[in-house]
Amino acid sequence: MRRDQPTHLPQSCITPEPVYRRRREVLQLLGLGAAALAAGCGSEAASPQAAAPETRVPDKSLDVASHVDDANGEAQTTYADATHYNNFYEFGTNKSDPAANSARFVAHPWSVEIAGLAEKTGRFTLEDILKGQALEERIYRMRCVEAWSMVIPWVGIPLANLLKRFKPLASAKYVAFTTVERPAQMPGLAYPVLDWPYREGLRMDEAMHPLTLLAVGMYGRDLPNQNGAPLRLVVPWKYGFKGIKSIVKIEFVERQPRTTWNLMAADEYGFYANVNPAVDHPRWSQKTERRIAGTGFNLFGNRIETLPFNGYAEQVAHLYAGMDLRKNF
Amino acid sequence: MLFRDRIAATKPLVFALCLLPFAHLVWDAMHGTLGPDPVAQLEHRSGDWALRLLLATLAITPLRKLTGWHKLIRFRRMLGLFAFFYVSVHLLIYLFVDLGGYWADIFEQIAKKPYITVGFAAWLLLIPLALTSTQAMMRRLGRNWQRLHRVAYLIALLGVLHYFWLVKADHREPALYLCIWIVLMLARLRVRSRPADELRRVAARLKI
Ligand code: HEM
Repeated sequence: MRRDQPTHLPQSCITPEPVYRRRREVLQLLGLGAAALAAGCGSEAASPQAAAPETRVPDKSLDVASHVDDANGEAQTTYADATHYNNFYEFGTNKSDPAANSARFVAHPWSVEIAGLAEKTGRFTLEDILKGQALEERIYRMRCVEAWSMVIPWVGIPLANLLKRFKPLASAKYVAFTTVERPAQMPGLAYPVLDWPYREGLRMDEAMHPLTLLAVGMYGRDLPNQNGAPLRLVVPWKYGFKGIKSIVKIEFVERQPRTTWNLMAADEYGFYANVNPAVDHPRWSQKTERRIAGTGFNLFGNRIETLPFNGYAEQVAHLYAGMDLRKNF
Repeated sequence: MLFRDRIAATKPLVFALCLLPFAHLVWDAMHGTLGPDPVAQLEHRSGDWALRLLLATLAITPLRKLTGWHKLIRFRRMLGLFAFFYVSVHLLIYLFVDLGGYWADIFEQIAKKPYITVGFAAWLLLIPLALTSTQAMMRRLGRNWQRLHRVAYLIALLGVLHYFWLVKADHREPALYLCIWIVLMLARLRVRSRPADELRRVAARLKI
């Protein structure tokens, strides 16, 4: 077991088992062709660890009331992969940076400012926000705009349940979200890669959609810092960058809010950012994606077709009826 | 004596060093230690080494002039061929590991995605350089050999551009490579027409 991991992660999370498994499968695949090399690792591949369970799921500490698999039974991403391959530029721009640089981040206590066009506004503690809400587990596909994807069991509450409590006014057409900005705890903020703080937004009907989740956990336990602790958005039919992390402000607004990636490059990142294989990103084709899931040998054959609305068309396509999705990408 | 001279004796060492990143990549692939997204890792590491070796190849001439160690030239072909090797590995990884069953998509990507277009152009341009890298070809092409191989600067620039265009927001690393390219280019221009050398040559001709 490695001992150089940040202490807030239980040691059981960073299990080397997948490594052994993958190795064994590679060796099988390579067969005789790599007999010479295989000889060196063969003893290890045959060791008892090789037969160990695929992944040890971390202790399930959250009290979850219901479980729904909204990913069609597709293989889940391992906890280790989902927590060590992140885009959270506030902690650095490499995918491994958030896990490496977020140990100093303080996610508790936490409070969120509710502002704008609602009857009830003000600052609310996280406990306040979650009071009386039953936590749900939702297994969703997560499709990154960079054309890779994961399958993650989130734990949270439908965003609608929370928003309704504040009684948004009829004039509130959009919801705007802001990420915390703490240079002392988030080393990535030192360099203006993006226009900090990170901001995102949803149209009111998108925010109120039953699939839209305000997550506080994943894999049955609290969100790790690198995944947006303690509170983040999950909108499974949109590209991952819409899933704003470590939220400190929720504001009801009348006009479509400016969002970070859209400000950065409007021709590349639209406000809607619905997963759409028919509309290419100028940099990447969006027709297919590389699925990061499971513990097996995952070098070949993990490219799959991308589905409209990330496979959630049945539930959400009606939200965009009559809209030109090429223009409103 | 096994080797003609010290350079000849060092060559296998440099060869092994150039092969090391590739061996490391194969080792990691076999041991499942490429991280959560092994395909991206393979792509990035092979691409990084392709660009580094390309720039290292271009650095040989300025380094020779700077250090006066003219024998460095004897490593240049090996470095250049290794650069070609890493770009080709990079391309093969993209085609058969990343795209996999969708490998035919590469044509669309070359046509539509600027970063793939320039990357592929760089690979195409490297082919004639690799093919004409032998002593026999050097002799046959004479002065044209130099002209042809100056394309290496363009290839490296296309590599840098490729990197610039595939990065989403943080351009620090490609910018570093661009700086190296500019320095090498400036060094090259200076090397080719050093005023002092020119003066000396004129003076020699005039027998002053
Ligand atoms: C032959 C055609 C080429 C193709 C199809 C290709 C494809 C790719 C792909 C798919 C990536 C990863 C992009 C991503 O993660 O979003 C990449 C990255 C890269 N490529 Fe290429 N490439 C080609 C040629 C080249 C050449 C000629 C060079 C340099 C001489 C090069 C250097 C790089 C570098 C430096 C990276 C980024 C590495 C990093 O992020 O650390 N590539 N390439």
